[in-house]
Amino acid sequence: MNMIEVTHLGKKFDDITAVDDISFNVVKGEIFAFLGPNGAGKTTTIKMFTTLLQPTSGSILVNGFDPATQPNDVRRSFGIIFQDPSLDDELTAFENLEFHGVLYDVPKKIRRARINELLQLVELEKRRDDLVKEFSGGMKRRLEIARGLLHHPQIIFLDEPTLGLDPQTRNHLWNYIKDMNQKEGITVFFSTHYMEEADRMADRIAIIDNGEIVAEGTAQLLKEQTASATLEDAFLKLTGKAIREEGAKGIDKLRTMRHVWKR
Amino acid sequence: MEKITQYAKVIYILWLRQLKRYSRSRARMIGSLAQPVLFLVALGFGFGPIYQKAGGGNYIQFIAPGIIAMSIIFTAMFNGIEVIYDRQFGFLKETLVAPVPRWTIMLGRTFGGATVATLQGMVVFCIALLVGFRPESVLMLPVALVFMALIAFFFTAFGTAIASRMEDMQAFPLIINFLIMPLFFLSGALFPLNGLPKTVQTIIYANPLSYGVDGIRGALSTQMHFTFRLDFLVLLAFTALALALGSYLFSKIEV
Repeated sequence: MNMIEVTHLGKKFDDITAVDDISFNVVKGEIFAFLGPNGAGKTTTIKMFTTLLQPTSGSILVNGFDPATQPNDVRRSFGIIFQDPSLDDELTAFENLEFHGVLYDVPKKIRRARINELLQLVELEKRRDDLVKEFSGGMKRRLEIARGLLHHPQIIFLDEPTLGLDPQTRNHLWNYIKDMNQKEGITVFFSTHYMEEADRMADRIAIIDNGEIVAEGTAQLLKEQTASATLEDAFLKLTGKAIREEGAKGIDKLRTMRHVWKR
Repeated sequence: MEKITQYAKVIYILWLRQLKRYSRSRARMIGSLAQPVLFLVALGFGFGPIYQKAGGGNYIQFIAPGIIAMSIIFTAMFNGIEVIYDRQFGFLKETLVAPVPRWTIMLGRTFGGATVATLQGMVVFCIALLVGFRPESVLMLPVALVFMALIAFFFTAFGTAIASRMEDMQAFPLIINFLIMPLFFLSGALFPLNGLPKTVQTIIYANPLSYGVDGIRGALSTQMHFTFRLDFLVLLAFTALALALGSYLFSKIEV
């Protein structure tokens, strides 16, 4: 069964094409990596999956539901860890999770038990009553993962979940994610800048560049297709650029300008 | 019925969040009192003798309801504008992907913001008592509270509507300068509405805050320009309009 079905999906911002006619599927229980350089369309695609943006063309099904017409059914199906922090710093760890649990209508008895269980899983049970503003970046990330799992989603979206974290914390986070994928059968859809993470964790990978899918398959297949020793080399051959190129591309600059104009 | 219960829970948790954030920010609580206290003391005592000589009576009695309204509108607008803060610091996305209608999110935020603003107005009322303001009748305090809450609701919803179309905090001072200040100064908060030029009077009559200030003043010091009924209905209509507009614009937010 497919957890995500994408058919000829497109997104334009005025005359800028951010996502251009992409199609792919993600199978239930799979760990799927979505790779691409800055401004390739990764976050825009995830935002369309998670009802934050409306597609310009094509269709999406998440857990069998259409985000455009059945947004609340889609929202109940997924958990998300955004690229940027999205916790309330003025609330405690427990309050952030409690808030999420109420929004997702998790019954109170189950909610309290689930919060305790997840805080233990991410090793934050001793900090449950501390304000989030006192947490380190890694602790916030772990708390966001706990929050994303609170309502037992069937799929979890992770948009650059380990960006800016030290190697040890990154390792810990991926262990949690792998664990929940295996124990709870959750489908994992993630984007990352770290090629070794995609190589190690993903069952399948799609590479997006300039809004188009340029390759899709297992890490091994992509390496074989491009006659590369590493996934990083394969990525370089497929897109013509290294994934860690941090300079803002044209599309990023145009997006920024568009935001300024909107103000 | 199940859905209604869930929506009520969502509104409650958002209300609670606003209150917790407010109660944990002492700097904000104290800072937001500085301006009303300054206006109350500086204008109240500064213009008091002139106002009395002109036959207006005790200026503190006249101005205190206006200053209470002022503290409410600033706090309420700030709470509405917090949407921009939440957008910048990411928390807004957490609420936008929740499986509930966005109007419940907007309503919860508005309830929370309006409660905070009303509490702020009550604190300024207590400060006004310390500088010599005396309400005409204790029995009319609940009426004043109704108008304070209506002003708070209107401006929180209005702030949310504006913030739903904006993306950065730098625009906040512009909103204060171009919207809030004119609304405040042209509401009858600082001067009586009698004998004004026709154009100014027309603007004041079109300003929803005029009816809120008049309602509070009528309840606390019996000096009214309109009637309670008119004040209540006009403010209620504006509040309903702001809530509807705010809910619509909030539901259209893309991040």
